[in-house]
Amino acid sequence: MLGSFAVLRKQSLLGDAISHAALPGIAIAFLITGAKDTNTLLIGALISGLIGTFWIRGIITKTHLKSDTALGLILSLFFGFGMLLLTFIQKQPNANQAGLDKYLFGQAATLVESDVWLMAIVTGICLLVMFTFWKEFKILLFDADYTKTLGFNTKFIDILITTFIVLAIVLGLQTVGVVLMSAMLLAPAAAARQWTNSLSVMVFLAAIFGAFSGVFGTAISASQNNLSTGPVIVLVAAVFVAFSFIFSPSRGLLFKQIRFIKNRRDLELHKTLAFMHHIAETHQDISHPHTIKLLNNFQGYTKSTLQKLVEKDYVKLNGNMWSLTKTGFETAENLYTKQTTEDE
Amino acid sequence: MKPKIAVKVDDLTVAYNYKPVLWDIDLEIPEGVLMAIVGPNGAGKSTLIKSILGILKPIAGSVSIYGKPYEKQRQLVAYVPQKGSVDWDFPTTALDVVMMGTYGSLGWIKRPGQKEKKAALEALEKVGMLAFKGRQISQLSGGQQQRIFLARALVQNAAIYFMDEPFQGVDATTEIAIINILKELRKAGKTVIVVHHDLQTVPEYFDWVTFLNVKKIATGPVKDIFNDDNLTKTYGINYKVSIQE
Repeated sequence: MLGSFAVLRKQSLLGDAISHAALPGIAIAFLITGAKDTNTLLIGALISGLIGTFWIRGIITKTHLKSDTALGLILSLFFGFGMLLLTFIQKQPNANQAGLDKYLFGQAATLVESDVWLMAIVTGICLLVMFTFWKEFKILLFDADYTKTLGFNTKFIDILITTFIVLAIVLGLQTVGVVLMSAMLLAPAAAARQWTNSLSVMVFLAAIFGAFSGVFGTAISASQNNLSTGPVIVLVAAVFVAFSFIFSPSRGLLFKQIRFIKNRRDLELHKTLAFMHHIAETHQDISHPHTIKLLNNFQGYTKSTLQKLVEKDYVKLNGNMWSLTKTGFETAENLYTKQTTEDE
Repeated sequence: MKPKIAVKVDDLTVAYNYKPVLWDIDLEIPEGVLMAIVGPNGAGKSTLIKSILGILKPIAGSVSIYGKPYEKQRQLVAYVPQKGSVDWDFPTTALDVVMMGTYGSLGWIKRPGQKEKKAALEALEKVGMLAFKGRQISQLSGGQQQRIFLARALVQNAAIYFMDEPFQGVDATTEIAIINILKELRKAGKTVIVVHHDLQTVPEYFDWVTFLNVKKIATGPVKDIFNDDNLTKTYGINYKVSIQE
């Protein structure tokens, strides 16, 4: 859902950076409290995720580095720091330490009821905020400079969107883990973009794709032993993406190819018809018959093309002589005028 | 009677890193003119507009609109950004983009309703794009996209219009359509400021001109100051108005 905004901002990698940046937060929260209480750990993740994000912002605006450089820098810095802390924790004489590494790859099985409630509540808040500030989000995403001239506080909207993206990521960490989280954020949005040209539909579809990947992924991993849930969910989401790339009616590869072939066929018919019209004009009788050799005016296919024209009743076959019918002549004439007007 | 000053710029200086992009610009734009800002690439034309509109933060200087600071007069000002500044593959329709022009007067949270939609449709009609209102914006030609941007500014019903290269990449028909709308705006007493590239058309389209190359070279009525002397000062080479750019 929120992934739609990240995709449209061309900041797809941001999700990756945020989820990695959350790792030291988890470790530090554990070091301070010494307990493995989920909520505390997630608050730690949230804080360090936000710090990471605003550092990235800062780097982009204050220096001349490109955003991907800034993202990569912060991502590896925070992740490295997080890993360092994790190894440090593991060496400590504390029975509690095991299980922190589940945040690396996620483990849906560790979710308890209270976690699910927390997710539901935060999702609800996200929806509410998104609905309230829909107009502001949309215009900022499309044209930030213009939004500023209208008198909106673009910084505030920006921080709002970013905060909620971070929130969504941190919540997903437990399920999918640091490494795969960005896929969860982006895959549904990328798939949804293929099917629609409307922002609201896209956000809605992304939510549905995301939910389905979650449900299917969990179901598949539950039905088999030794399949961890997070990666399966991500794979299911990837299937959605692949399917969307190929089969979407307007942007999909398959229909693009079909349209291309159809256009080429139409063009073949038009060309032959136009050529027959052209030579028919030199005769008194529009239905003056010709042999196929004469009509064979371009790279082959002439016979099959002519046969298709016969089916359409534009051309008559008499022995081995082909001739234009009256309807064929008229169609060709219209074709000509249509083409010349389009050229103008 | 002396005409009112619509836009007044004082000592405006803008720099990226150490290099000044605009140096100590003083500028007074009288109400009701159709003004071109001309100058070579990198002269700071877009920067000037963006700093006046508060998109870029100047190092020094101030801007006033009808005698008051710009921040208090935003609703009097409309902006048409460069066409290339946004992602045209964004999932939205032409009408939707034009509707964005009403967001400013709506303010926070409130949503556009029938009144705003009607205004947007009228603006679309003015730029001759009514037939394309439901069209996905990526499927519009460059000229059509430019008209959509213009319509979005028209919806704001402002007193002053700033346009950043509205003629960039549009065909002759669109260019004429756009300039006719701009002339209509001037007739209605509005002030229009355009970043412009084609020196050939300056005398034909505009009645006021500002020469800019980091510093302000000259500003005034086209018939008085659009001459070889100022062109040479701005572009640094011997320039003849009659010679093709």
